[in-house]
Amino acid sequence: MSKANRNIVIIGNGISGVTCARHIRKKDESAQITIISGETDHFFSRTALMYIYMGHMKYEHTKPYEDWFWNKNRINLKRAWVEKIDFEVKALIFSNKESMTYDVLVLATGSKPNKFGWPGQDLKGVQGMYSYQDLELMESNTKDISKAVIVGGGLIGIEMAEMLNSRKIPVTFLVREKNFWDNILPLEESKMINRHILEHHIDLRLETELGEIIGDASGKVKAITTKTGEKIDCQFVGLTVGVSPNIEFLRTKPLESSENNKTIQTNRGIIVDRFFKTNIPDVYAIGDCAEFQETPAADRKNIEQVWYTGRMHGETLAFNLTSDKPVPYQPGVWFNSAKFLDIEYQTYGFVPPVWTEEYESLYWEDDGGKIAIRFLYGKSDMKIKGVNAFGWRLRHDYFDKAISEGWMFEKVLTHLNKASFNPEFFKSHHKAVLDQYNKQKGKSLKVHKMSFIQKLIGSRA
Amino acid sequence: MKTIQKIGLVIFVFGLVLFTFLPFFGTYQLEKETVETNVKEIHTDKMVEVLSPMFGKTYSSNFAFISDFKSYFNTYNDGLKANQEWDKVIWDNYAFALTKASATGPVSENPFLFLGITVLIGVFGALLYILPLYRGQTEGIKNDGIFFSSMKSKGLLGMITGAWLILFYIVLYWFPEYITNLVLMVDPISMALSGNPASQWFLYGFIYTLAIIVMGIRMFRKYRGNAYQTIRTTSVMFFQLAFAFLLPEILVLMNMPWHDFKNIWPLDYSFFYEYRIDGMISSGALGMFMLIWGIILIVVGVPLFTYFYGKRWYCSWVCGCGGLAETLGDPYRQLSDKSVKAWKIERYLIHGVLVFAVLMTGLTIANYFSGFELLGQATDQLHSIYGFAIGSAFAGVIGTGFYPLMGNRVWCRFGCPLAAYLGLVQRFKSRFRITTNGGQCISCGNCSTYCEMGIDVRWYAQRGQNIVRSSCVGCGVCSAVCPRGVLKLENGDEEGRINEMPIIIGNNSITVKA
Repeated sequence: MSKANRNIVIIGNGISGVTCARHIRKKDESAQITIISGETDHFFSRTALMYIYMGHMKYEHTKPYEDWFWNKNRINLKRAWVEKIDFEVKALIFSNKESMTYDVLVLATGSKPNKFGWPGQDLKGVQGMYSYQDLELMESNTKDISKAVIVGGGLIGIEMAEMLNSRKIPVTFLVREKNFWDNILPLEESKMINRHILEHHIDLRLETELGEIIGDASGKVKAITTKTGEKIDCQFVGLTVGVSPNIEFLRTKPLESSENNKTIQTNRGIIVDRFFKTNIPDVYAIGDCAEFQETPAADRKNIEQVWYTGRMHGETLAFNLTSDKPVPYQPGVWFNSAKFLDIEYQTYGFVPPVWTEEYESLYWEDDGGKIAIRFLYGKSDMKIKGVNAFGWRLRHDYFDKAISEGWMFEKVLTHLNKASFNPEFFKSHHKAVLDQYNKQKGKSLKVHKMSFIQKLIGSRA
Repeated sequence: MKTIQKIGLVIFVFGLVLFTFLPFFGTYQLEKETVETNVKEIHTDKMVEVLSPMFGKTYSSNFAFISDFKSYFNTYNDGLKANQEWDKVIWDNYAFALTKASATGPVSENPFLFLGITVLIGVFGALLYILPLYRGQTEGIKNDGIFFSSMKSKGLLGMITGAWLILFYIVLYWFPEYITNLVLMVDPISMALSGNPASQWFLYGFIYTLAIIVMGIRMFRKYRGNAYQTIRTTSVMFFQLAFAFLLPEILVLMNMPWHDFKNIWPLDYSFFYEYRIDGMISSGALGMFMLIWGIILIVVGVPLFTYFYGKRWYCSWVCGCGGLAETLGDPYRQLSDKSVKAWKIERYLIHGVLVFAVLMTGLTIANYFSGFELLGQATDQLHSIYGFAIGSAFAGVIGTGFYPLMGNRVWCRFGCPLAAYLGLVQRFKSRFRITTNGGQCISCGNCSTYCEMGIDVRWYAQRGQNIVRSSCVGCGVCSAVCPRGVLKLENGDEEGRINEMPIIIGNNSITVKA
């Protein structure tokens, strides 16, 4: 299917689009590859934007490839915003009215922050946090301010709180749920993060919803009210109530001459099949903006908005565009990670916030309340299903294998020292976890021991 | 910043400024006896004659004194050189010894007072600033605001600091006669340790050790909660204090050659020089031990330890240069250049220096065993070229002076021949690697940014590849700053250590080769 000299155009220079471009180039010497972005000239790590604000890095440091990389790999970069797409003649029209044709089009346009129609949500000083432009806006919006409010208790919310905290700007953090991120995390884990947020002097308000945002005469935010009527003065409001596919430019401007098969099919995102094909031939969608007709796996959602899935979408589509035997997207064992202020979080496999009778869980928390691990395993088959770890780095390859091959939970538990990925000399907790399990179950399992020599030379055998 | 820290900073700057201007105080007076006691016997008569116009004259500054000294001394030598009377020329440099002995100012009378109001008060101020750091804060990464800091991101303060360090090294190496006041301050300490008056090298060692200890304490504050950093920092502090500073002085007290047991050729480039070999051979059993121990370290120690633990066992746990880089230099680690271009330059330079050191040492040894018939005194020329260009200019002036401009490992990365040797072992035969944790990398760039050796760690991590690089000194900071737990320094089986075409875990559709 790969004809020579195809003109492949990718809209979006995030992890999905860039991964796709790189992998196409690896297997197809002749294709013309163009990446279009209005956001920045070069690919940068979106997840690192917070570190620019915090002074850990400069923008340059967030670019995973040096600027010469693109030229060397003959990947054309075009800085422009696409205003509309004429699928009939296979052409893009940019905001400056220039146009560009394509043979194959990959839509990797990412997300944009949600706004739910709150009064005052468009005031100056109110914003989300997703793009490089959002970072620049936040830089100017938070200059010389004395108080900020963040609305929405998810990953971007806590990152924004950490950003503001690094600049010593007091933050009130409104979370609608009973506990932080409790639609993803089980109760104990949520509560642990609640405590950690408070420890950082962030004013966490659980079960608190935004009422309205109040502006001053010049159109700048000066306060918010909660649904219970409390008024909080502030000069900045961060709206971090999730993101949705960034596909407005596809939806709002249907072409006059549009036949049915020349209008791209969308729902919340761009509808794709397991091969990332849209309803229009030679047009694909990957990453945050794609919505699978059917979920790619039982424990997956229709829209996957994670760095890792974006990368895998890009890899898979690139394979399909350069191979005679396209494969459906088939994600492996779920994994994800995040960092809540100082506490690192990793998860592998299946650990929902609540689980049914078929499963059992072991939860262990360190006395200091900042290190925790939870295992979920089958009640009857005793096979490990998933793990959540906080302040405890775990080996991805170990758990990928353990979960996909259905290892016995107790085997994992007794070999936990091998599964740990913590730096050398860190205190190990695998005995404490096993002790707790033994106590709870009246068992006497023993830790798989390593000899002194093995420890001395760092053998993992 | 807390008030106490501000006070500490003011005190530190006060001490530093006084230290900087102290060399300009005091008066200088040369006497006949001074010349007689500080000059080799064969030169005594001539030097007394040459310098006699200076006797009894009081100079109000060291500049005036040294200027007069040099003019009389050079006039004498130049005259001889013009007449081709090479054997009569006095090649010894007496400027430092005579200036130091002629100082009559307050410093020579009250060395402790001046040591107190410059160095010790500086240490006190620094500790006032450092000890309250991050107090009341949780354990975790403390990199907030680094790139907004003038000191840490090549701003004006960084430039000034770099210029000061460069100037300090230039004066220390080539114009020590101008800082005799500073050396006088530490005379009593040197007397107590080794029974000898201090040289500029003693002053340097003293300040160097203090810098490692004080900034090591800062490391404890900054990396609180990170056991690897804490233990590693303790190790470099111990080796500097015990092995590089105290023990050599005590050896001198016992009439042994000054010897640093943890220094290894070719970093210790003079190890096989004639005077060193003769010194060791003529110092009995302990001297022989020095020689054999030194050779065992080169031949067995380096390959064996590096095989099991990587070059970090030396570079970031034992070495003095590494010790300074990891403590005093830690605030500048983010300034190293990560480009592929810099890596290319690095490989040419560091291996070039290694080749230079090996050739020079080979010639020296061959010459030594041939009874100096092979090259005569020509190896001395080679030694002075190496000593000037590599030992002083590269390792000192550039190596440390450029901390605030090019990061804290300029010497270790681009110049150190021992690092090159350790690196070759680490790259090709070692159990050490930085393991990448499957597919968890988010390409954020913290690891690369904070790699002092300029390794683009992310380039490997984001493709699921282990980091096996000859330059990695195993400081462990990439692993510490990683927000997703992707990197782990470890020693393990050689199999699977280098995974050049890794499979990124998590996508079952295809087996992607990055």
